[in-house]
Amino acid sequence: MPSQVPDAPIIRIRDLHKRYGALEVLKGVSLDVSRGEVVVIIGPSGTGKSTLLRCVNQLTRPDSGQVWLDAEEVTAPECNINAVRAEVGMVFQDFNLFNHLTALRNVAVGPMKVKRLPREEAYELAREELARVGLAEKANSYPGQLSGGQKQRVAIARALAMKPKVMLFDEPTSALDPELIGEVLDVMKQLAKEHMTMLVVTHEMGFAREVASRIIFMEGGYIVEEGPPAQLFYAAKQPRTAEFLGKIADLYGEEQAVGG
Amino acid sequence: MTGLAEFWQMIWPSLGNGLVITLKLSVGALLIGFLIGLPTALLRVYGTKGMRAIATAYVDVIRGTPQLVQLFFIYYGLADTGLNATLVSLGLPHGLLVLQPMTAAYAALGINSGAYQAEYFRGAIQAIGGGQMTAARALGMTRLQSIAHIVLPQALRLAIAPWSNEAAYMVKYTSIVSLIAVSDLFGEARRIMSRHYNQMVMLPFVGLMYLAIVLLITWGMHHVEQRTKIPGLEIETQRT
Repeated sequence: MPSQVPDAPIIRIRDLHKRYGALEVLKGVSLDVSRGEVVVIIGPSGTGKSTLLRCVNQLTRPDSGQVWLDAEEVTAPECNINAVRAEVGMVFQDFNLFNHLTALRNVAVGPMKVKRLPREEAYELAREELARVGLAEKANSYPGQLSGGQKQRVAIARALAMKPKVMLFDEPTSALDPELIGEVLDVMKQLAKEHMTMLVVTHEMGFAREVASRIIFMEGGYIVEEGPPAQLFYAAKQPRTAEFLGKIADLYGEEQAVGG
Repeated sequence: MTGLAEFWQMIWPSLGNGLVITLKLSVGALLIGFLIGLPTALLRVYGTKGMRAIATAYVDVIRGTPQLVQLFFIYYGLADTGLNATLVSLGLPHGLLVLQPMTAAYAALGINSGAYQAEYFRGAIQAIGGGQMTAARALGMTRLQSIAHIVLPQALRLAIAPWSNEAAYMVKYTSIVSLIAVSDLFGEARRIMSRHYNQMVMLPFVGLMYLAIVLLITWGMHHVEQRTKIPGLEIETQRT
């Protein structure tokens, strides 16, 4: 059993293809993610990073290729996708909190409806998860009463309450005001420290350099280069990688991209 | 102008009976419309291609034809002797589609309202947006769970304002049933007018009665809307 081997990848992606009309956004992507790894995917917009992430929990169905979560092939037609999704946390760029529910119920609704946890147990769990992201005192606030950073932290707590095997982050700070980005990144760093397996699409190069076990540079539907942060930032093998990271450095300031 | 006591004697109890019929028809047809409209809206948003086509056709036909034509079709059209002979030859009970005036009234008003309510609910469902649905599915909820627990509670709240319009329209449009001999508020008023030739008194008077009901509904629905307000949400909408 591959899942019994400690070093077996928790996510295996093989030769993924996805086309939207004339545009092929994934042109054969393969990737393994090990347990406890933080893999950061970077690259220009529209190069299939988000699509790749959404193929892992099948919010997007690939045209061909396979994805496994542990020993389960999630791309198999007989796969119970709702059961798989319950084990894969996802955090979105624009939070997507449930606007009619308090923070507490946003976090509790998954365990209650999907895992059939009794209400009190689910609320207890939700309080723990909210405390974990530093929002215990906001349990009774509605999303409309929270700042962007707080919303995203509630969204992370909502995903964590399902006790996921892996967490997918789809540009979690891109919709945030600059001064609110830090609080979300801090929560993500904390998760990384707790050895949560994370697959993160982001433009936050500081986060990538500090936290990533591995960085994937994607462009034009392919993985152009992958490796530890030191390699991509200081010794990129592909000229495109160096060029892209150079541009990011120009945009966001030298110290964020390569310095510090 | 006759005295107040005489006027009262002239309108009571017939206008009272008419009022009861009008209210019954309004509530009943709105309820039928709700039971048709909500599923129709869900089919239009989430249904398969075929289901969407059927739901859309229903909404288009009903909204595109006069309500009076619909009422007459259901009351007079369905009573057609040839049609009913065919039904009997198919083994169905005699007179199945020959409806009582009240039955035809409920059916016509309800089916009509269903099409309009479907549009209100569809707008509300679409206003909630796909992001929350995606988030619910990402948690592992089924499509049905996501609709029931995430989309509908918000969509129904959003639909309160347009729905109260529909309720106000309904109260007024029930008056067409007097044309198929239902003794609703307007039907009773017409009978009084034909007897006393006092249309300059009766028409404003029943008009005011309709107005009073409509204002009462608007006021009531406004309260429902206030009480179901989601804290912080209106600020949110203004911001984005």
